[in-house]
Amino acid sequence: MERQGNAPPDDIPIVLAREGHHGPVIHAANRAARLNGINPGSRVVDMRAICPELQVEYADPAGDRAALDRLVLWARRWCPWTVRDGESGLILDTTGSDHLLGGEAAMLVEMETQLSLLGLSAQLAVAPTWGAAWALARFGPVRSVCGSDEVGVKLGALPVTGLRLDGETVLLLRRLGLKTIGAVMDVPRLSLTRRFVKAGLEANPLMRLDQALDKLAEPVASVDAQPRFRVQSRLAEPIFDPTPYLPELCENLCEALKQAGQGCRRLHLTVYRTDGDVSHVDVATSATTRDPGHLHGLFRDKVERINPGFGFDLITLEAGSVEEMHERQNRLDGGSDDDLHLTRLVDRLSAKFGPHAVTRPVLRESHVPERAEGQVAALAAMAVAGEAPAKERPLRLFDHPEEVRVLYAVPEGPPAQFIWRRQTHRVARYAGPERIAPEWWKDRPGTRLRDYFKVEDQAGRRLWLYREGLHEDGRGGDPRWFVHGCFA
Amino acid sequence: MCMGSLRVQKRLIGQGHHPYPIAHTLSEAFPETATDAAAVGFVLARLPRTNAPVLWVQDRLSRKEAGRPYLAGIGTDRPLIMVDLSRAADVLWAMEDGLRCKALGAVIGEVWGDPPALDFTATKRLALRSEAADVPCWLIRRAASPDLSAARERWRIASLPAAPHPYDAQAPGLPRWSLDLFRSRRRAPGQWVATYDGSADRLDLSAPVRDGAVAAGDGTARERAAG
Repeated sequence: MERQGNAPPDDIPIVLAREGHHGPVIHAANRAARLNGINPGSRVVDMRAICPELQVEYADPAGDRAALDRLVLWARRWCPWTVRDGESGLILDTTGSDHLLGGEAAMLVEMETQLSLLGLSAQLAVAPTWGAAWALARFGPVRSVCGSDEVGVKLGALPVTGLRLDGETVLLLRRLGLKTIGAVMDVPRLSLTRRFVKAGLEANPLMRLDQALDKLAEPVASVDAQPRFRVQSRLAEPIFDPTPYLPELCENLCEALKQAGQGCRRLHLTVYRTDGDVSHVDVATSATTRDPGHLHGLFRDKVERINPGFGFDLITLEAGSVEEMHERQNRLDGGSDDDLHLTRLVDRLSAKFGPHAVTRPVLRESHVPERAEGQVAALAAMAVAGEAPAKERPLRLFDHPEEVRVLYAVPEGPPAQFIWRRQTHRVARYAGPERIAPEWWKDRPGTRLRDYFKVEDQAGRRLWLYREGLHEDGRGGDPRWFVHGCFA
Repeated sequence: MCMGSLRVQKRLIGQGHHPYPIAHTLSEAFPETATDAAAVGFVLARLPRTNAPVLWVQDRLSRKEAGRPYLAGIGTDRPLIMVDLSRAADVLWAMEDGLRCKALGAVIGEVWGDPPALDFTATKRLALRSEAADVPCWLIRRAASPDLSAARERWRIASLPAAPHPYDAQAPGLPRWSLDLFRSRRRAPGQWVATYDGSADRLDLSAPVRDGAVAAGDGTARERAAG
């Protein structure tokens, strides 16, 4: 795929090369190069001998594949089921979609126009099967349209390369004198079956022929299933900012959801750019909703992140994670639901600051203080609710315990004086110790136990202090002291 | 003169003094030191006794310097919705957004220092929103100077040595705080010493100036004379 913007002039022979076994080989060639007798697959040095003015660029297969993957999504403007076909093709299941564009022939013209606007040259064909479309697009007449009853006739004249076989099998068939697909069709099935009984699909002309003639099913597996709820807005000319169109799109989508008695938890806003690319913005809600004002508000800061390129002319809004939703009314006068307000608040906060910023602490079954509290999503259902510990716990807990320097230690109890955050604290009263042993099923071997003390210093501040380890417990040197929290 | 103890939840709200019930509003709490959890304890003691969730918004420095609220110590009767943000402007935005939601029991914000975003206008917006939604809003400001603000009540709170423990002489008992209401729109400012009983959720206030304690030998001679 060559873009028009950076393609070289057509009269200079130019090829794309890739690394082969014995030096670079030709991956693709432009029209001037092909006229000079240069064929893909031959070695670059040989072709230089034929055509001294040949220009060589290196191919980018991964980039081509990624571009083709984006083009697959872009092609959903014509029909909902699209899939990439090998390295150089697209398959569109246009069943039931052609009449929207004025029939199959008019649809092919429209597709070729749109693709040429992107600077892509395309060979198009309509056929009842994947295999027939593949062959007709590559070896058939321009924009051929093949009905279901004329597949055999139209394929018959095409060369055997149109059967999607690997190179060795094609060579074998040619050596057998079978140069066209029609010649292969004339061979009795029994002899073909006997000859290729152990061959795989790529090397089996009979199976490939059956696929092309619709005797063997080959369904189009789309990249991802089409969502059921989707609204779109086609624009007369490319624009850069979708904001003015969002309220109407949201209203239309919510109307469709309401008709079906459904609500959504995700919204995908997609813009189809004129330069052949698509941009996404996704938002999620914490509860099923179909309120257009609320959904529109979630896009408030995100629309700016769309990369509009050279503008876009089609906006679609899709509802994801569609679930059944029933209207709830908990007041006789039709008033609003309190829960609903809370879920909307969480949605707004999550949309602005990210879902990780809005959490709810829950208690877990553990004696280790930092493990006794876990974070769950703000409105997640509580799986297992732990119980609050019987012992007194501080109001504030530090994420990382802070080590203190002990100035004056006593054999029992907490240190009499210590320095924490460059201030000297003298312990006036204390309660404890409360011994918390490491959880051997989670902690690494060698983790030391902790003795927690609630200490009050001379100014009345109450801290939660712990000693990590014991003297001569064989797990490191002298025990160290940490501040882990603050009491009220 | 001994003021005795008052039930703060009942009396401070002022039942007989005001012709109309006072709505919840914005209050500011200034801890004396950054690591002092007395302000958090006081704010939690003053929250209305409902099971409505509490929106708790922290900025990064508050979380780093003063720790995070610990559910095991606070108790699980009110669900907490924690919002961890990095900038003070975001904290104010989230608090204001939370005050649009009447289902919340309270909105608590922690802002470190004196950021430019936290000016008179921002506090005025919070106060008006809080009164319109009738949701109490508390702003805990550490390492901050009490500049111009529209908060209806402003408290300065510090820890005091705890009350004696009933069973253990060397252990701290019920926490005591010194409260300084240095600006209030509703009542006269004042200073109190508060004792908080967490198990009963009861806050007792007493005036800091009181009579001297009765000495051990006082009155014994008269008793003996009478006997």
